[in-house]
Amino acid sequence: MPERARKIRVSCVVNGGAASFEAYPMARLLDVLREELKLTGTKEGCGEGECGACSIEMDGALVNSCLVPALQAQGTKIRTIEGLAIGGSLHAVQQAFLTHGGAQCGICTPGMILAAANLLARYPQPDDAQIREGLSGNLCRCTGYMKIFESVVAAVRRAETRA
Amino acid sequence: METRVIGKSVPRKEGRKKVTGRARYVDDLSFPGMLHGVTVRSPAARGRIRAIRFEGEIPWHEFTVVTAKDIPGKNCIALLIEDQPCLAAEFVNHPEEAIVLLAHHDKYLLEEARRAVRIEIEPLPAIFSIEDSRARKEIIWGQDNIFKSFCVDKGDVDGAWASAAFVVEGRYETGAQEQLYIEPQGMIAQVSEAEGVTVWGSLQCPHYVHKALMVLFGLPRERIRVVQTETGGGFGGKEEYPSMIAAHAALLARKSGRPVKIIYDRAEDMVATTKRHPSRTRHVTALSRDGRLLAMDIDFTVDGGAYETLSPVVLSRGTIHAAGPYACPNVRIRSRAVATNAPPHGAFRGFGAPQSVFALERHLDRVAEAVGIAPDELRRRNFIREGQTLAVGQVVKEKVDMNGLMERAFALSGYHAKRKKFAAANSDPRGAIKKGIGFASFLHGAGFTGSGEEYLASEVAMEAMADGTVHILAGSTEMGQGTNTIFAQIAAEALRLDCEQIKIIQPDTAYVANSGPTVASRTAMIVGKLVETAGLGLLKSLTDGEFLQPGYTAADFSRACGEYVAKHGPLKTFVKYEHPRDLHWDDLKYSGDAYGAYAWAVYVAEVSVDIRTAEVRVNDFVAVQEVGKVINPVLAAGQIEGGVAQGIGFALYENVVWQEGRMVNAQMTNYVMPTSVDLPAIRVYFEEIPYGRGPAGAKGLGELPLDGTAPAIANAIAQATGVDVRQIPITAETLLEMLEGVHA
Amino acid sequence: MRAYLPAYEMETPRDLEAALGRMASEPGVWRPFAGGTDLMVLLEAGKLPHQKFLNIWNLAELRGMEVSSEHVTLGALTTYTEVQRNKTLLREFPLLCRAAAETGSVATQNRGTLGGNIANASPAADSPPALIVYDAEIEIVSAGGSRWVHYASFHTEYKKMNLHAGELIRRIRLLRTHAQWKQYFRKVGTRRAQAISKICFAGAARVEAGRIADVRIALGSVAPTVLHAVRVEELLRGQRPGSAVLQAAQDALNAEIAPIDDMRSTAPYRRNVARNLLAEFLEVLAG
Ligand SMILES: Cc1cc2nc3c(=O)[nH]c(=O)nc-3n(C[C@@H](O)[C@@H](O)[C@H](O)COP(=O)(O)OP(=O)(O)OC[C@H]3O[C@@H](n4cnc5c(N)ncnc54)[C@H](O)[C@@H]3O)c2cc1C
Ligand code: FES
Ligand code: FES
Repeated sequence: MPERARKIRVSCVVNGGAASFEAYPMARLLDVLREELKLTGTKEGCGEGECGACSIEMDGALVNSCLVPALQAQGTKIRTIEGLAIGGSLHAVQQAFLTHGGAQCGICTPGMILAAANLLARYPQPDDAQIREGLSGNLCRCTGYMKIFESVVAAVRRAETRA
Repeated sequence: METRVIGKSVPRKEGRKKVTGRARYVDDLSFPGMLHGVTVRSPAARGRIRAIRFEGEIPWHEFTVVTAKDIPGKNCIALLIEDQPCLAAEFVNHPEEAIVLLAHHDKYLLEEARRAVRIEIEPLPAIFSIEDSRARKEIIWGQDNIFKSFCVDKGDVDGAWASAAFVVEGRYETGAQEQLYIEPQGMIAQVSEAEGVTVWGSLQCPHYVHKALMVLFGLPRERIRVVQTETGGGFGGKEEYPSMIAAHAALLARKSGRPVKIIYDRAEDMVATTKRHPSRTRHVTALSRDGRLLAMDIDFTVDGGAYETLSPVVLSRGTIHAAGPYACPNVRIRSRAVATNAPPHGAFRGFGAPQSVFALERHLDRVAEAVGIAPDELRRRNFIREGQTLAVGQVVKEKVDMNGLMERAFALSGYHAKRKKFAAANSDPRGAIKKGIGFASFLHGAGFTGSGEEYLASEVAMEAMADGTVHILAGSTEMGQGTNTIFAQIAAEALRLDCEQIKIIQPDTAYVANSGPTVASRTAMIVGKLVETAGLGLLKSLTDGEFLQPGYTAADFSRACGEYVAKHGPLKTFVKYEHPRDLHWDDLKYSGDAYGAYAWAVYVAEVSVDIRTAEVRVNDFVAVQEVGKVINPVLAAGQIEGGVAQGIGFALYENVVWQEGRMVNAQMTNYVMPTSVDLPAIRVYFEEIPYGRGPAGAKGLGELPLDGTAPAIANAIAQATGVDVRQIPITAETLLEMLEGVHA
Repeated sequence: MRAYLPAYEMETPRDLEAALGRMASEPGVWRPFAGGTDLMVLLEAGKLPHQKFLNIWNLAELRGMEVSSEHVTLGALTTYTEVQRNKTLLREFPLLCRAAAETGSVATQNRGTLGGNIANASPAADSPPALIVYDAEIEIVSAGGSRWVHYASFHTEYKKMNLHAGELIRRIRLLRTHAQWKQYFRKVGTRRAQAISKICFAGAARVEAGRIADVRIALGSVAPTVLHAVRVEELLRGQRPGSAVLQAAQDALNAEIAPIDDMRSTAPYRRNVARNLLAEFLEVLAG
């Protein structure tokens, strides 16, 4: 057997609360979230940065958690799908996906919703091209994306009518 | 007819769980003491297993190791027949065939161990193409490499050639396609003396898995339990293969005495599981001077891979759809599924029809050119009408208006004007961007073929609880396509309740009725009808017993259920499929009423091709279809849009690169599906002609969009470039080569 | 995850000096780990040979952008997202911005770095052709000191480069002389987003009085390393961009490249497209 690295302790903020876990330094943040922190809403579709099912926000930036080593999570602020709804009320993007058919099988949905929420944080009024570009790292095999675009547009509209 | 919830876009039943990340897929589950399992696979395409060695510095004593010797019952994955082993014992017949299973609690050590198993194989000659299989270069399956063949004969094809003004011939090919559900396959199994075998997993057909496990373990029905977990897409890919993974997990669980989870990573899922059957089609078509079809002679072959699995059924649907929605007096179809040393090809949305429809619809554009009429005019002159007979001898009894669908699709897409405009613009040799518009017209049969539904004899149970909640107990699975929601709508409509009052019970063979597999566009139409009947049955029990009066409210209903249960005990209905007496099918002649109903469609694609790079872009897509009553417009449109997207992938992007029967580009980086920037606006329109035997008039629509998308695109590319497209996927590499031929 | 995870170590050095010290103390053992968009993919596939990594992601010395009158200097950890947000880069170095915008998607652009793209040394990488066109220089540092090299000669053969054990890429420097040049970039991938290049073409030229006064051309995925098409450049200098010179330039390019068949494309396709893109570039120069 090759020699074993020691596990390290990592502290970070997850969905607004302090979190701390032990992991091998190069363990995938994806696995840590799912297995150590029991946040199974983040999904694995490919493990190689292609599908976006594992998308989360790290210090406000969208990242693929399958490509982030546990060690680099140290001291960061992380948001996963579990941190999107506040109390019982859904985030505007979640609500829009529910009403407009943005989720079918649902496996791409957590990552897609985070990517959409992240997009709206950067471009509150995205045009069609920005929506398409912003979601191009999140593959969906079920919807053909149309209902996802509609959902994002609906979320924007909702935010507008509120403002 | 006034409806309460049918025809309304009620939100997806399990939608809230999905958008909040609370839906639990198989990899989200964990059991105490659970081990992880992996599969060690064949490095060779065909050969005799000489030795299995456990090498490396691995603490092998800590591992559970399973080989074929550990199988208590029959070493097979029972499906139509029992030719496919669960674990190869003596011979391997395709690359990546499963040979050894390992389990351990440490996932990482398990991978190290998987690498340390050496499998020595004495190679045998293998075949990798349809041509070699048909030429019987090696006999690798049965007597002749043929899993199944069909003959369809209508009229007298040979007698038609002499009177033909035109005879047009053509050969067409389609490639393998990976289902690429975003959730890779996975299962968890638990085996105990007390409870028998239980598996939980991502799957489409619980009762297929159930049957396979009964045979593998030699156990009676009640000792096997199969539970479907939330399933992250299937598209046919989780129809037959889950039986294999369930079998593997269960064998490891039995031997270790612990729960065992097997989750494939993407690379394993791509390299080992099924894909759409590659196909070859040859058409010879005879026409009169005025462009009427006189004879269609069609030869259709699909590559089934190393074992039979579902190839006969895929072949069947491909065969029946091969002559399309046209009236032709003389049709001959010869078809076969052949063996090669590749992993078995399997179910994928459309099930053989996308292959044969591609060939036909591309061929008809070429036929029109040969005859000297427009492609739409050729179709118009030959579209099938009510009272006419399809190739398999089925008289069309429904109302059908293909021409109307085509005109609507043309109006919505601006087909005629664009076709003219593009032709003019393309003739300018300086332009690097060529544009084209093309279409395909097609039909898709809903439900199992021929007597399939009769054999299946599906069942649905429904129970009203004392609090008025209504439970639907069916084995039909939700995998994104909307089963839960439309069942709730159908039941709610029948019972005049709201959807919230209906509860769909998780498919679990211990509790639900066997409503048959969730495939073949049959769930809404066939099983949905059973749900409707069950609902009406419940209602009848309540009204007959005078627990409920007409004009009742939801509260009245709940109270009535409570009273009924208090008086009579459980209020349950149980409905079994009854085959309509007027539908006849002859399995030997392969003729008769192939399907109870068809969906009809015309799709139009607009493309541009950059002739410097041969990159194709689909700029607009119009999908017009008649699918009976649409139960939920948002879900239905979502099905079509997703299907068209997969069809665009099938046509342009998705290319399985094979090397000696093995997929070598088995990563999402190298096998590419369309992203959000690759797709056009997909515009979906429904015509609704209620179908008498469907629930509230609905027919099936799930597979339909796969059939017509690729040929519409191919026809558009042909207009744009003048290239005679015969093969999909149309990669930039092949197209550039052909463009040079055209422009040289 | 196919790797045996316990075999992999990673440490976070305090600063650049500590990182270089660590690398010098055990030469060749410790490798830099930046955004991980290449390394983690290898790890997942069980194909990552090295096992000890230094997390350089937080090293301030490798971050940031500086603009002087002559140069723009980018830290090796500059991400694709940062490239696209920089006004000077957008104005004067559009090829690099285009390359960044067409690399992966948002999530990859947030984590992938220029230094990693260079050191990963893939012939299919998308920023190197742009860097060659701009005649970038890179600063390489080790415990022993620092040196600047011309990026155009940095890659020597397939996956080999002028970077030794114990060295890190610290910065990338671009000369601000190209703002007025006509510039052209085209990546041809397997699809429109999130695609690996089948071929990537970057070119820029100073056109004076209808003639090509100076020109730089580089291509990805047509040779064992990113290719600087020097012979095509030589041939074009002093010429009018047009059909007269096109054939000769295409022949020169054809002789200079050595594409291969792989699972993403074919050698003939790459050859043909390379010629066609060269023609398109000349049209841009003529236009
Ligand atoms: C989904 C996806 C899509 C992609 N698409 C593209 C694409 O379209 N075009 C493209 O070009 N690339 C693409 N890439 C790869 C691209 O993201 C990487 O090449 C990236 O730029 C590498 O940077 P990094 O910081 O992530 O490197 P890492 O993975 O951290 O490191 C890569 C290599 O560089 C070394 N290294 C890193 N920093 C330094 C340094 N400062 N000094 C010396 N050595 C160093 C490391 O030791 C390692 O060998 C894609 C990757 C993914 C996952
Ligand atoms: S699992 Fe991380 S991108 Fe696919
Ligand atoms: S909803 Fe199934 S993959 Fe997107």
